[in-house]
Amino acid sequence: MRFAVLVFPGTWSEGDCQFALRDILGHEADLIWHRETNLDGYDALIFPGGFSYGDYLRCGAIARFAPIMPAVQRHAAAGRPIFGSCNGFQILCEAGLLPGVLMRNDSLQFRCRPQYVRVERGDTGFSAACDEGQALMLPISHGEGNYFADDETLAQLEAARQIVFRYCDADGDVTAASNPNGSRDNIAGVINATGNVLGMMPHPERASEALLGGEDGLYIWRSIIERWS
Amino acid sequence: MAEPGSKSQTSASDETLAQIALSRDEYEQARERLGREPSDVELGMIGALWSEHCGYKHSKPLFRYFPTEGPQILTELGTENAGAVDIGDGWVVVMKVESHNHPSAIEPYEGAATGVGGIVRDIFAMGARPIALLDSLRFGPLDDPHNRHLFSGVVSGIGGYGNCLGIPNVGGEVVFGEGYSGNPLVNAMCVGIAPVGSLVGATTGGPGAVFMVVGADTGKDGLHGATFASVELNEASEERRPAVQVGNPFLEKLLMEACVQLVQEHSDWIEGLQDCGAAGLTSACVESAARGGTGLRLDTDAVPRREAGMTPYDVMLSESQERMVALVKPGHEDDVRKLFERWELTTAIIGESTADGLTRIIGDGEEVAAIDVDLLTGPPSYEGGAWQGEADAALARFDPSTLPDVADANAALLRLLAAPNIADKSWVTQQYDQQVLTNTVLVPGSDAGVVRIKGTQRAIALCTDGNGRAVRLNPHAGAARAVAEAARNVACTGARPLAVTDCLNFGNPERPEIYYQLSQAVQGIGDACRMFETPVVSGNVSLYNETPSGPVTPTPVIGMLGLIEDVTKVVRMGFRDEGDTVFLLGAEVAQEAATLGGSEYLAVEHGHEAGAVEVDLKAELALIRLLTRAAEEELLQSAHDLADGGLAVALVECAIAGEIGLDAPGVEFGSRLDAALFGEAGARAIVSVAPAKVEAVVALAAEAGVRAVDLGRVGGTRLRLGGDVVDCSVENATAAYRETLPRVMDGE
Repeated sequence: MRFAVLVFPGTWSEGDCQFALRDILGHEADLIWHRETNLDGYDALIFPGGFSYGDYLRCGAIARFAPIMPAVQRHAAAGRPIFGSCNGFQILCEAGLLPGVLMRNDSLQFRCRPQYVRVERGDTGFSAACDEGQALMLPISHGEGNYFADDETLAQLEAARQIVFRYCDADGDVTAASNPNGSRDNIAGVINATGNVLGMMPHPERASEALLGGEDGLYIWRSIIERWS
Repeated sequence: MAEPGSKSQTSASDETLAQIALSRDEYEQARERLGREPSDVELGMIGALWSEHCGYKHSKPLFRYFPTEGPQILTELGTENAGAVDIGDGWVVVMKVESHNHPSAIEPYEGAATGVGGIVRDIFAMGARPIALLDSLRFGPLDDPHNRHLFSGVVSGIGGYGNCLGIPNVGGEVVFGEGYSGNPLVNAMCVGIAPVGSLVGATTGGPGAVFMVVGADTGKDGLHGATFASVELNEASEERRPAVQVGNPFLEKLLMEACVQLVQEHSDWIEGLQDCGAAGLTSACVESAARGGTGLRLDTDAVPRREAGMTPYDVMLSESQERMVALVKPGHEDDVRKLFERWELTTAIIGESTADGLTRIIGDGEEVAAIDVDLLTGPPSYEGGAWQGEADAALARFDPSTLPDVADANAALLRLLAAPNIADKSWVTQQYDQQVLTNTVLVPGSDAGVVRIKGTQRAIALCTDGNGRAVRLNPHAGAARAVAEAARNVACTGARPLAVTDCLNFGNPERPEIYYQLSQAVQGIGDACRMFETPVVSGNVSLYNETPSGPVTPTPVIGMLGLIEDVTKVVRMGFRDEGDTVFLLGAEVAQEAATLGGSEYLAVEHGHEAGAVEVDLKAELALIRLLTRAAEEELLQSAHDLADGGLAVALVECAIAGEIGLDAPGVEFGSRLDAALFGEAGARAIVSVAPAKVEAVVALAAEAGVRAVDLGRVGGTRLRLGGDVVDCSVENATAAYRETLPRVMDGE
């Protein structure tokens, strides 16, 4: 499978995503600079974490105007897969490819820690390798991961089953104490209505090797590979 | 040329000299060596380069006590931005620790943030890719709201800058003590890697190199930062807030990517690369010329500026952040410009290196300085009088055996676990990205951070250690103990200690009792580094850490690099399996009351920061070698060093990390229970061993001449020592250990 890993000025998880997809899982993964305009030939796009454009103005707000974005929009409109993590999730929201916004953590502090998320749907193109209700341990590392959508949008997301991951404890229970950033309804990851764009705050690329403390991130990568290759 | 001194023929005023922290005597020396009155710009440059921060005038004579060479060491101490160490398989580690104490005392967020920015630039200026950060922090007690403000601001600032760069924070320490009130210590260490043979120096290489400034425009921020860092803090220090710079980590991230690419892919375009740190363009350009044995001619009119109305003096002494100077080979100016433009960075050609050995500065079309490079980079050096202060000596004479023994060991243990110096530091470390770059094998909270080197089987272990309280009581032994503890920490993860970087945080060296602390501590570090064969490859000196209430607690901070040849053999601190045997390595459980000297127990339970401090370097070396060898032979389930809080706290930390208890019924505590449980004698570690490996560990310890005391077995949910002398649930201990910082800082 051929992955394009998008790189904006200030992105920093591109090498980690490339390492997971290429060196651990054996797929092609090219780093694509934001000034490129063509994504032909790539099966899936990865929006990695980081601080694109320093997260100045608002996280992800400047990246949406990057030269690569028209090609991204075409890729999305064609129903092909796009996965965003951390800053990538923020960019996808700002670009209108996913509903909602990500605000400052309610603690007003950056949070880096191991975090469990419950798989709410085991039938998407990004979670099909998981069991519904399974708790995955995926590290988080962000200052602005507090997911917000208005009541109407939330109701629509619930009705259309677009909430794919929620913060939970080790037993898979979704509790206030397990919410690391104040996200509404513990939302950690959402999918678009057509099922080909997913964003989440956690970092699956950081949980792709036992040596580094866990392999639950492989569930995400394998779901993408199985569904879309 | 116009006579450079013509604008100020009269002698410099006291006010001018105070602003640049030059003494009248130094000024006279400079004037004599110059043969005339220095111009304003010349005087400003002399003040900056002769400051302690740049010129090391009180500390350099002491560096002869450091061992600096070894087969693994690739740089000469003090000649480059950071030290380089060969770790095998074709890779070099570059490392350095640096202070940003004074700025952080005034403006904690930006002070700490720009401290991170500065140390990271030192690493990528050599062409190495930064892969790890560590932070060694000291604050006054947290019951004072100002200290909480400084603590919280510094932590956010470190996170705010380092997180944006995408460099993981893998370790460090946070210590609280009265001697840091109002004078926090903020020491940041950065570690980078590069292929062997790919590093560049900060040098012009010879005449004809083109000076190109890259990155941020130059503003008036940070004027006199180097001299500000070289005077005592006082009530007026708040007014020097303009001497604190404001960081732009996004710009630094672009600079980092561009500079690493420039050196790693196009080193033939440049002679050298240098960052603009303290004293800005002055130190960057003059020091590069000095290393290249050249002069330089710099046109301040060509330097891109952030604001109007800047004089040549302002341009030369500005400490605007996120600037680099590339020393470009003639003919490659366009290549270098285009490379930086790709990263959306602007460049400007501002001068060239010359053959005349002079620093010539042009401003508004006229030459405003023409002064020997040698004069600027050759500050006077001082070796002051040195004797121990009577107050320190009196504290060291305190005899802990005069105190009653501990009455309720369980209660004392829980209080110690909750004491800010021992309590869990997750409140701090969770504000730092610890795993970006996906190399972090052991995260902060371990004995040392462990970072694997992709493409090899190797990993490096990194830690910082300092023990100001012990250094105050005995500067020589206390500083040596800090090196020993750092070496023990990396050895506990299975690493062989390889090299040291150090940051010397002291008060005003012009006072004999401070110079005594400094000189004794340097000798202690030197002795320990010689014993462990860990040369000092880089470092930084921060003197004049004084407030109206007195000098800072003398605190040398040791940054240690260790090497693990097979990353799969990394050892963690937590107990693992039921039935494993727990050994105390290095000594019997029973200890003399004297080992409570300078201990956390004495401070928390009795309010004394006093007593004798000793170190046994031979015993330390034997233990370190044993730990490394046992890890290499895969004999250990866990290892953890004994430090603050002694044996009892170390055992609890192993239990908390492993989420499993320990039963040690037959422990012999001797005549002083407090010393056995909480004494801080060095050269000791806790290991746990699977039943099948016990015999091998006992044999290996005997061969190494290290005592191995069988304490008991891992298992259950409680920590029990000597029946019920200590008997607490791991759950309660964990709660006590984890609640302090969130409660104090966030009211949780």
